[in-house]
Amino acid sequence: MSDTLLSRYAECIFWLARYVERAENLARILDVNETFARDRSGEHNWLPIVQLNADETRFFARHQTATSQAVLQFYVTDADNPTSIVSAVKGARENARTLRPLISTEMWVHLNKFHSRMTTLRMETFGPGQLTGLFSEIKEACQTHVGITEGTFYRDQGWYFSQIGRYLERADQTTRLLDIKYHSLLPSVSDVGSPIDASQWNALLRSAAGYHAFLRMHSSGLTPGKVAGFLLLNRRFPRSVYLCIRQVETLLTELKSRYMLRGGSRAAETLDSLRAVMGSRSIQSILAQGLHEFLDGTQRHLISVTNEIASDFFSQLPETAEMDEPVPVRTVGGAQSQVQVLGR
Amino acid sequence: MSNRILDGYDPQAFFCEMLGGADNAPVRQRLADLSIEALQNRATSAEAELYNLGITFTVYSDKNAIDRILPFDVIPRVLSRSEFAHIEAGVIQRVTALNLLLHDIYHDQKILKDGVIPDALILGNGQYQPLMQGLDLPHSTYVHICGTDIIRDDKGAFLVLEDNARTPSGVSYVIENRHMMMRSFSDLMAGIGVRPIDDYGQNLLRALRETAPPDIDDPRVVLLSPGTYNSAYFEHVFLAREMGVPLVEGRDLTVKEDTVYVRTTRGLARVDSIYRRIGDDFLDPEAFNPDSMLGVPGLMRAYKAGRVSLANAIGTGVADDKAVYAYMPRVIKYYLDQEPILPNVQTNICREPEGLRYTLDHLRELVVKPVAESGGYGIMIGPKASEAELAECRAKLIEDPANYISQPTIQLSVSPTLVEGEVSPRHVDLRPFAITGAKTWVLPGGLTRVALRKGSLVVNSSQGGGSKDTWVLE
Repeated sequence: MSDTLLSRYAECIFWLARYVERAENLARILDVNETFARDRSGEHNWLPIVQLNADETRFFARHQTATSQAVLQFYVTDADNPTSIVSAVKGARENARTLRPLISTEMWVHLNKFHSRMTTLRMETFGPGQLTGLFSEIKEACQTHVGITEGTFYRDQGWYFSQIGRYLERADQTTRLLDIKYHSLLPSVSDVGSPIDASQWNALLRSAAGYHAFLRMHSSGLTPGKVAGFLLLNRRFPRSVYLCIRQVETLLTELKSRYMLRGGSRAAETLDSLRAVMGSRSIQSILAQGLHEFLDGTQRHLISVTNEIASDFFSQLPETAEMDEPVPVRTVGGAQSQVQVLGR
Repeated sequence: MSNRILDGYDPQAFFCEMLGGADNAPVRQRLADLSIEALQNRATSAEAELYNLGITFTVYSDKNAIDRILPFDVIPRVLSRSEFAHIEAGVIQRVTALNLLLHDIYHDQKILKDGVIPDALILGNGQYQPLMQGLDLPHSTYVHICGTDIIRDDKGAFLVLEDNARTPSGVSYVIENRHMMMRSFSDLMAGIGVRPIDDYGQNLLRALRETAPPDIDDPRVVLLSPGTYNSAYFEHVFLAREMGVPLVEGRDLTVKEDTVYVRTTRGLARVDSIYRRIGDDFLDPEAFNPDSMLGVPGLMRAYKAGRVSLANAIGTGVADDKAVYAYMPRVIKYYLDQEPILPNVQTNICREPEGLRYTLDHLRELVVKPVAESGGYGIMIGPKASEAELAECRAKLIEDPANYISQPTIQLSVSPTLVEGEVSPRHVDLRPFAITGAKTWVLPGGLTRVALRKGSLVVNSSQGGGSKDTWVLE
């Protein structure tokens, strides 16, 4: 079996990588919001975080107002919230448990410890000045996972599915971040350029770890259009949507040819057209025609890619799989459906 | 000066695994140099490591999954070279007889025709699988993996308590316990000359390949597990990793034209040999339990067609039944013309008038076991039973004697064990693991289980049992 990979393993490793990436991005967003984002009354504004994840209904079923405490609890430690960091880490760990025969022991031990740490966290024990430390710890734990994977995970098919999952999730997270932030930061054209606004745009760049890279590239100054263009179209920034899509495309092509896999052609076509569109558009034309519409379309394409990869490689019956319609909702990974089995 | 480990340790009247025998002297000497405090500290850090490594079994309550480690005692159980040579020879003899018995039962049934074992015991047994009748298996191996539960009496004699010929578990703890000892107590082990146990996975893989369908050049082996929510999942992972084969679940496999395939990213790939950790009844909903979600529809068709091998074979449970256990000395004699190297615990077969009479006459001294049950249910322990319980047992014996065997209570051997900051004697048993492909190989040592509760004879992990590293001296 040295050059084959179980379909189920492919699915689990894809989702393992996505969950870790998701946890890291959430930590970034919460961290930057906690540190920088203030509205004009000087209060932390936490509602955009809830909007970012389209969680308004579930959040307000549980909390009356989007206070910092409520939002942080909801997104860090609330195990009943599927979009929380602890749920993402749990998803990663459950997939890792399934993948124990495939992944390195070091990958497993690290995720197991990370999971134990996250499940024993109590938000109320963190004072305002300690939250950045907590988010750094979470980010670093995710980055440690990526590093351990790089240094110990055998480079066969599983490696490709892991990398594809990671970059797809990152692309998706960046579109969401940009979508909600861009609009919440642009209440009207006249606001652009005010002091509070600059700090908000800084915050947006910092949450994607792109602040310094951006300044190096755009010494002439920060405008909303340049920030959006940087996060969306930059060819060298590791969290830009364009770079992530390019990575997925390259990885998928290599995976298919190196292991002579029949599946993946439709995903490759979707990626090709997505990349072609992004490579040929300027940020000005995207903004002129509506950033939200563009990001929404990009997200739909990314979901299609996931569905096409799933039906070609993960499906229980690959030979009979039909192309699914893209589903414009958050895709839920293998581990979460297993968690439901537990409840039987 | 703090307390030394063996200061004040008193095994009382029991046979002690550590104090009995001159060969253990170097180990005793090293232990004598350690303080209890140092031992306790190292034990605590070793335990934390088990959690981090996820060497756990999972207990499910209503909502939460709780990971527990199998309690581990850091004081090893030591077997001398000659003690293990004796156990090894005895286990090989026993496994050989079990395989011959199963082959005979599922072919000519000579042992039944010759009246050595009553027909009803085999053919009326719930574990007997008629579909195995007449099926030839590579090397006539039925019990590829066998766990033989062995105890030691107050004189230090090794006795077989039970054969486990279905899907015996626990070998992962043997090897992980060793790894932990090597990490945490390397100074205790250095230079002692402990036989290595790292090649279990390779021996298992070799046996699975040897017993694959003979027309396959390079057999593909998989381990079939019920999945992550099985309490033994850690062991399944461990074995798949040690063999370097995929761990699959029933949903990963499919059967077409009597051939088993696994679903991969490239399509279907043929499977030739399956180490299954799923019981007979759940393997194939077409052939057995139709409600099984764990199995693979059509697997039995492929098996009957000789297109795939299963380890262990179907229907081996008929041979490790408690009722058949009582006949094992006669089975060994019948097929091998040898006396058992490892005797049974003296067993009275109540189906036979002599055994029933003896049991009724000595009820107060005996343990009476129903033969059909497993897992310790329905056992009557004479010395601890009330008058009413004795009377009830007597009535059952008279009503249905064939359903019972009886055995004397055995004073199990003890081993010094760290419990609540003290080193005290605790009862132990031993489960060596034997692997059989073309021939039988026995892992040096085996799983030593220890009853952590004072005075308890129950070593099961579900009832307060733990384990120790088992050292076989070179």
